[in-house]
Amino acid sequence: MDDWVEIGRIEQIPRRGARCVKTAAGPIAVFRTMEDKVFAIEDRCPHKGGPLSQGIVHGAQVTCPLHNWVFSLETGEAQGADEGRVRTVPLQVVDGRIFMAAQAMLAAAE
Amino acid sequence: MKEKLVIIGNGMAPGRALEKLFETDPDRYDVVIFNAEPRVNYDRIMLSPVLSGEKSFDDIVIHGDAWYIQHGITLYKGCKVEAIDRVKKTVTSVNGITESYDKLVIATGSVPFIIPVPGANLAGVVTYRDLDDVNTMMIAAKARGRAVVIGGGLLGLEAAAGLNEQGMDVTVVHVMPTLMERQLDPAAGYLLGQSMKSRGVKVLTAANTKQILGEKRVSGVELADGTVLPADLVVMAVGIRPNGALGKSADLAVNRGIVVDAQMRTSDPSIYALGECVEVNGATFGLVAPLYDMANVLAAQLCGDEKATFTPVATATRLKVTGINLYSAGDFAEGDDREEIVLRDATAGVYKRLILREDKIIGTVLYGDTGDGPWFYDMLKRNVDTREMRDTLIFGQNYQGGAPLDPTAAVAALPDEAEICGCNGICKSKITGAITAKGLTTLDDVRAHTKASASCGSCTGLVEKLLLLTLGDSYNPSAVQPMCKCTDLGHDDVRRLIVAKELKSIPQLMQELEWKTSCGCAKCRPALNYYMIATWPGEYEDDGQSRFINERVHANIQKDGTYSVVPRMWGGMTSPNELRAIADVADKFKIPAVKVTGGQRIDLLGVKKEDLPGVWADLNAAGMVSGAAYAKGLRTVKTCVGSDWCRFGTQDSTGLGIRLEKFMWGSWTPAKVKMAVSGCPRNCAEATCKDVGVICVDSGYDIAFAGAAGLDIKGTEALCHADTEDETIEIIAALTQLYREQGRYLERMYKWLKRVGMDSIKAAIVTDVDKRRHYYDRFVYSQKFAQIDPWEERVNGKDAHEFAAMAEFGVPQAAE
Repeated sequence: MDDWVEIGRIEQIPRRGARCVKTAAGPIAVFRTMEDKVFAIEDRCPHKGGPLSQGIVHGAQVTCPLHNWVFSLETGEAQGADEGRVRTVPLQVVDGRIFMAAQAMLAAAE
Repeated sequence: MKEKLVIIGNGMAPGRALEKLFETDPDRYDVVIFNAEPRVNYDRIMLSPVLSGEKSFDDIVIHGDAWYIQHGITLYKGCKVEAIDRVKKTVTSVNGITESYDKLVIATGSVPFIIPVPGANLAGVVTYRDLDDVNTMMIAAKARGRAVVIGGGLLGLEAAAGLNEQGMDVTVVHVMPTLMERQLDPAAGYLLGQSMKSRGVKVLTAANTKQILGEKRVSGVELADGTVLPADLVVMAVGIRPNGALGKSADLAVNRGIVVDAQMRTSDPSIYALGECVEVNGATFGLVAPLYDMANVLAAQLCGDEKATFTPVATATRLKVTGINLYSAGDFAEGDDREEIVLRDATAGVYKRLILREDKIIGTVLYGDTGDGPWFYDMLKRNVDTREMRDTLIFGQNYQGGAPLDPTAAVAALPDEAEICGCNGICKSKITGAITAKGLTTLDDVRAHTKASASCGSCTGLVEKLLLLTLGDSYNPSAVQPMCKCTDLGHDDVRRLIVAKELKSIPQLMQELEWKTSCGCAKCRPALNYYMIATWPGEYEDDGQSRFINERVHANIQKDGTYSVVPRMWGGMTSPNELRAIADVADKFKIPAVKVTGGQRIDLLGVKKEDLPGVWADLNAAGMVSGAAYAKGLRTVKTCVGSDWCRFGTQDSTGLGIRLEKFMWGSWTPAKVKMAVSGCPRNCAEATCKDVGVICVDSGYDIAFAGAAGLDIKGTEALCHADTEDETIEIIAALTQLYREQGRYLERMYKWLKRVGMDSIKAAIVTDVDKRRHYYDRFVYSQKFAQIDPWEERVNGKDAHEFAAMAEFGVPQAAE
């Protein structure tokens, strides 16, 4: 449960931007906010499957590039009138190195 | 036969009189106007916001050229009248134009008072009266030097604040011990001085100007006490006096101003006068409200209603300096028969004073919190006995009768005849009446129909509350504007402020304009990024993170997260080489679909994001660049084969299309721009449903614009005819630049046209060739920084992080 996998450094992600990490559980989007906070959520909008890593990042939120749904990066909840949520993935940052919870990167156990 | 009405002067007072006249009896007169200024009628009150950069001249025009045309008025611009012949009933201008009249109106306004000190005529000493003065000051301000404003009254302080806003180091020299002593008591004058100082304007009171120093140009101001203030610009704003010179030379009765009776009649029965140039019962006038009252009286007289008379009433004053709230009305001198009520809150910077005589308000001075000004002023005018509410009067309307009312209720409680808009003398019932009778739903509607809040705008809040009261929940003020939930400002305000405050980055803008979110949202950020690029070409660095994904990675995202790639084919022309390269790329990267687009080019669909740089590299190698099929920018220029091949073709439509596309590619615009050039009126390139379309004819090129064939279907509207290709290109580039500067983000050309109107566009692009050239030059300049192929940049490594995963992990990375 306490396994963490290093995925890279914070500078590799542009501020107010995102990068994608490919895992057995599917692509995971890793975001960096204006204030250098990092968040990870599954890179798939529950609406029509849009890649959230490609959206515009504002505050701790991202707007899906396909149909403008907005998600909280902290909770994964859709904002405003839309209903839905994306899976959030725990991260740790140590000296600029980003670690992702290994559990979240595994193929869904069936 | 119509009577002939000649008006000397084209300021706000005669403008208002004509409006009233046309309302009542539109066909009675042939109207001729002589304007000493070379322009149309504008709102002189709003020169201060023009000086400070918050508004442009176009924003303050009251009557555009179209208005004069519609009403059949002959307007001589830049034509100063030098003589009136009362016997022959003619007037003659300096440049020799003579017109006869049946009725003559003199509205020559006022002239600034120049204090007679040595050096007053040096270059660099200006007055503050008209647009030319403002332009002179704005040019002087460009050098960011030192300015001395002589005069600490309303005009002087507005000039000082404006010059300070323009970056000058400003000192106000005022002869009296406190500022604006005619409108403010010493306490409020002191607070005003403090506010000016906190903005960086230096204020010297009780300071007498001895002389203005300098050889040819002004170099400084010397005061009576020997102090020398260095200065590159001196603004003389010590007051105005009626301009009665013309009346005097025509032997009309003139004292301080041209003497008129309460019907605005001079001593000659055929001649009327109104405005700042007149004297009524020994009094002269400088604020707009009484001048508009005169205008109403004059209009009535001209229509034969001799009962209308002018009665001067106390006038309220406000200072139009953003962030300073002051209000004064009536008489506030101290005296034995008067009582006063004063409220001070030093921390909040609030000072309120009411002057009462026999329990009736005769004057008020408010500073810091002026919300109750109109209420006090209304009671003053109606002579209301305040004994009942004496204890709470100073706290304002909200505190009368128990619990505080909300501000809307306070407006609801105003009587019907309460004045809402002081500038235009519009009372409450007139506004609510117009809302109901004419079905008005927005602030702009109310301004258009009643003029309320259309001048200085300080009563905007009151007018909005009246809309809310009258329409109830169906009034949605936000429908009027806000860009998004991050701000209360609309697109136009934001664009204006970007220029006025020289905002050159998104974080700076959000700080200065008090954005409500820390870094905006997906609506405002792309808009702001566009406004910055369009406003500051070559200076602003594009913020990729504020762009929608398509413009960030220069390809179109598809529903499955892959991308489509469209290279440019200039004017729809291609070649075997290009086609071969496209075929090879499709094979090499296993691109699943290749399609011909509606814009005469080829779309490669289903490209994986990581393959984009490779695809672009191969296309670049064959000489192709990005087609910007994803951009809020120039998309395609569709053409037919024209005179090269077609037996009907009148001009080289293909060649012109290619020239246009090569000249204009890379430009960013508020929304996408599609163009087409057809070689003859058969219009095979379908130019009449494009944003800009050219139809070639034997005599040249017919240019039309603002078509659409998407959500809305709309034919283009004719702009003008051009004789040559060069002229065509200049016109289209200038038109595009105007759109780039005025369009709201995501507003297509046809919506922009609908909003601003054809007249204003033609005035800038067609009728005034200098203006067109101006827009054209700006377009050319911005293109210097825009025509860089984004594909090539990325092939060479720009934004490499976009096109690769941060990390990849194999399937059983962590076995269970």
